Amino acid sequence: MEIHLIPFLLVSLAKVIVVVVIFLMSVAYTVLLERKLVGRIQNRWGPSRVGPFGLLQPMVDGAKLFLKEDLMPEAVYRPLYILAPIIALICSLMSISVVPFGADVRWHGIQLFQISDNNIGLLILLGITSVGVYGIALSGWSSNNKYSLLGALRASAQVISYELALGLSLVGIVVRTGSLRLRDIVGVQATHGLLSWNFFGGFQFVAFFIYLMAAYAETNRSPFDLPEAESELTAGYHTEYSSMKFAMFFMSEYGNMITVGCVATLLFFGGWTSPFGHFLAGSGPVSTAVLSIFWFVIKVFFFLFLYIWVRGTLPRFRYDQLMGFGWKFLVPVAVANIVVTSFCIGLRLPAQ
Amino acid sequence: MHLALFTIFAVLCVAGALNLLLQRHPINSALSLIVVMTSLAVLYLLLGAEFLAAAQVIVYSGAIMVLFTFVIMLLNAGKEERTHGSKLAYIAGFPGAAALLGLLAFIFISHRGDYGQARLGEYLATTSDLSRVLFRDLLLPFEVTSVLILIAILGAVALARKEH
Amino acid sequence: MVPIAYYLVLSAVLFSIGVAAFLIKRNIITVFMAIELMLNAVNLAFIAFSRQWSQTTGHLQVNGQIFVFFVMVVAAAETAVGLAIVIAVFRARSTLNVDSIDLMKL
Repeated sequence: MEIHLIPFLLVSLAKVIVVVVIFLMSVAYTVLLERKLVGRIQNRWGPSRVGPFGLLQPMVDGAKLFLKEDLMPEAVYRPLYILAPIIALICSLMSISVVPFGADVRWHGIQLFQISDNNIGLLILLGITSVGVYGIALSGWSSNNKYSLLGALRASAQVISYELALGLSLVGIVVRTGSLRLRDIVGVQATHGLLSWNFFGGFQFVAFFIYLMAAYAETNRSPFDLPEAESELTAGYHTEYSSMKFAMFFMSEYGNMITVGCVATLLFFGGWTSPFGHFLAGSGPVSTAVLSIFWFVIKVFFFLFLYIWVRGTLPRFRYDQLMGFGWKFLVPVAVANIVVTSFCIGLRLPAQ
Repeated sequence: MHLALFTIFAVLCVAGALNLLLQRHPINSALSLIVVMTSLAVLYLLLGAEFLAAAQVIVYSGAIMVLFTFVIMLLNAGKEERTHGSKLAYIAGFPGAAALLGLLAFIFISHRGDYGQARLGEYLATTSDLSRVLFRDLLLPFEVTSVLILIAILGAVALARKEH
Repeated sequence: MVPIAYYLVLSAVLFSIGVAAFLIKRNIITVFMAIELMLNAVNLAFIAFSRQWSQTTGHLQVNGQIFVFFVMVVAAAETAVGLAIVIAVFRARSTLNVDSIDLMKL
């Protein structure tokens, strides 16, 4: 059915506002979740004074960061110093625009649960990840500080090395699906519940672990967080940043975590499909919509929990171990995964 | 609407290119070039080349320009100085480029009826269309290109290594 | 509805700005960036012509876009090797100004 321009623009604007608000709230509460979970892993409570179970802590933290003095050192290169955290936050927010949250529910032809439905959604995610390197590189260079520059160069080298493994691990899924469109990728996994998900029935478990490790390195999270470890390089590329600009880097890191969780559920764990097949998947349009969002949120929450669990458990990699792991282990294993997957798919299809 | 989008991103392209020309510090030129490449990606999308738009962002903006930025940062390139060769280049460079632009623009505008109009949404080249040609008809150039990249990697590593 | 000639004129403008930057700029990395700008302008021309040819023949022609794919790949390889050469030259001469690197003698 034909989509008219003005309703499309208005609905897109509404979707963007809703998604950004929910995303930023999620970022704030992910910080709280991390502090509480890491606290429990370390046998202490985590924030529990402000509000019941510490639930008002993000509000208070936000107010504190907002009211802190915004230092601008004299010798920084100003345009890039101000631009770098903006780039980091923009890339983090943009990648959520191609992620479908729920089933294909339309209103007058316009998708309701995805901001931008296009044929190359997966490539757009990879492209935004690639552009996100600039936030790190430019912040380190413009700070005019040896520690920042070294931290930025290390962090950028880490990010671009693991980008390769990330991209290669997704090729197996594209071979199984035959399309780069995110809704098609979930559609292929919707047939038999748990068994048709790419992790189980698609046999992409190797690709999943490669993706997970590459994503942990991309988002600079433990155990790959050497560039921002306090004891190593005096906080690396965001040494010279204070208050709001530091908060932007912080938000972009947690935003990237959430995006990685969303993409992992879409690509490997069936997105919004129920693990029980058609049971608990809803019958009418309203119940399908609500249950699909419920399953999606549960799975993303599981991934956030996994992220924080790994952070609280594993020790940090040393830089040369990190680079060796990315180049000498992940990339060959990802290529081997592509070869094996293509072989299996090629043997199953009739010759064309 | 198509014309509005084309105009905005064409103006961004030309502004970025002029900024590359006029800035003294190479890092500003590099950032302007990133703006040009991303605007060009949108223009490719308007012409129906969706895979190439994504590839432009991933390969050009996200990898090649990162390489340029790294080199500028590592070599600590400062502002440009005026040397004796630059005066001569100003005298020969601007008129030469202007003559080239005049010639090309004249040819394209005088034949604009032959080229036709592009409508948004028609002749969309999906990734499967491109890959069908790339992996069947042009398999040999594809394989040769991958060998070329391997040679480039080896060459770059050998050239940039420190002398012991 | 945009005439394809507009895309071609834009490509010509970008190419000539690239030529001007190549001849005028004195920093070797900026000269290299001007080369990349020229390659991008040519890519735009290829895609515009691929679209024009599709409209002339009536069905989708992707050969122009395949050409752009190869240009991108070769440009990436060329950038890697070229910047490695720039680094090697900088180590030898300690300057990035093209007027100081114009003689073989150090």
